[in-house]
Amino acid sequence: MSPGLPGVPEAPIVPTESFTALLRARGMEPRWTLPADTSLVDPPEGTTVLAFRYTDGVLMAGDRRATAGNVIAHHSLQKVFPADAFSAVAISGTAGIAIELVRLFQTELEHYEKLEGSRLSLEGKANHLAAMVRAHLPMAFQGLVVVPLFCGYDESTGQGRLYSFDVVGGRYEETEYAATGSGGREAKAYVRTAFREGLSEAEALQVAVGALVAAAEEDSATGGPDLQRGIYPNVVVVSAAGYRELPEEQVADAARRAMGAQR
Amino acid sequence: MNLPFYVPPEQLMKDRAEFARKGIARGKSIAGLAYADGILVLAENPSGTLHKISEIYDRIAFAGVGKYNEFEALRVAGIRHADLKGYAYARSDVTAKGLANAYAQALGQIFTQEVKPYEVEIMVAEVGRQSGEDLLFKVTYDGTLYAEGHFAAIGGQEEQLEGFLQEHFQPAAPLAEALRWAVAAFQAASSRTIGPDEWEAAVVDRTLGRRAFRRLSAAELGAA
Repeated sequence: MSPGLPGVPEAPIVPTESFTALLRARGMEPRWTLPADTSLVDPPEGTTVLAFRYTDGVLMAGDRRATAGNVIAHHSLQKVFPADAFSAVAISGTAGIAIELVRLFQTELEHYEKLEGSRLSLEGKANHLAAMVRAHLPMAFQGLVVVPLFCGYDESTGQGRLYSFDVVGGRYEETEYAATGSGGREAKAYVRTAFREGLSEAEALQVAVGALVAAAEEDSATGGPDLQRGIYPNVVVVSAAGYRELPEEQVADAARRAMGAQR
Repeated sequence: MNLPFYVPPEQLMKDRAEFARKGIARGKSIAGLAYADGILVLAENPSGTLHKISEIYDRIAFAGVGKYNEFEALRVAGIRHADLKGYAYARSDVTAKGLANAYAQALGQIFTQEVKPYEVEIMVAEVGRQSGEDLLFKVTYDGTLYAEGHFAAIGGQEEQLEGFLQEHFQPAAPLAEALRWAVAAFQAASSRTIGPDEWEAAVVDRTLGRRAFRRLSAAELGAA
């Protein structure tokens, strides 16, 4: 197979093709065709993810549970991913579709960066993600909803920024914090009371884990930290130094403190 | 009706090859060589914005000499090839060998079938997981594919550069030393001193994590 090469010259007078357009031209884009009645389809769903600003940039966190109806489908699902070196994306909703969406989004950003020799602006990335969610709308109407969260460090303005989305591909820039998924409301309520300007990284980690613990208290689809099996939330930060996952021991310590506070 | 003159295929190929070689000889050259942690690619390039060396995929770099628009088209096609393959299968399935083969096919087809052959030569470098697994490929204007050893050069001064490196190259050298050899090779080939802002250099380095490609800064080049 030699995708992409035969017939090399394609006059790029129009802006360079996006990776998705390239996939579509080759009939390779991810596609799910569904019968009108989707009640039989009950795929795993990811639940609570959140993001907020802290002193160096933005922090993003997610619980690890996926549910299918009242069944716990996965105990250690990853819902927070690097989008590129300076941004992160988190997912809620139908897990299989959302994870594929993230993979496509990551490839798309890197593809652009390599072709153009520079990264998309943070707003450009958020707009592109919004378009991907919008393209997914027919599936959302059939019950297979995907709602991401996006955050990153804006290299042009030197600050962390975050965006929330809705099912129709609406893109909303949030000034302080955002959360989505079934436990998103509780998580957001927790962050609202705990948030202040200029949180340090350690404080921000504690707030994030506390919010996920609070969400797990109220929402059965959200998994709290599992101290017995050692399953902890995914917590990442994006700052001027780029994307970084916080080490599991740090998150575990924060989880133990948050669980202690709950008792 | 005018019948076209009969041109024997030998003559046709010779003319095309000569045309392509002339075009390539006009441009500046590129050298690639392995060092302890990866592969260094060095080009003489007075333009700071138009690159001859770039990233194709996680561990793969591309370099082209000759007509800019032609090797740029090949670079873009290579990125598409790699990203499509990596997305359809897995990232580890994208290899320099597959890419170099695709380039050889495309250039071979263009050489025989298009009105004019591409006046380019390209180099594909892949850094391996360990020293000794690094790969260097060279594809010429007619689609001939060469798998090189520890070093390779493309462009008009190919022979002089490779000759110099043959004498001086030693495996598993630190980056700074490899850079010195490459710079010296260019100075010897063109018998003049090339200024620090006339270079373009990049490495694919196995210590850099998933995306192994990195451009060298002017400061690093100045030190050489």
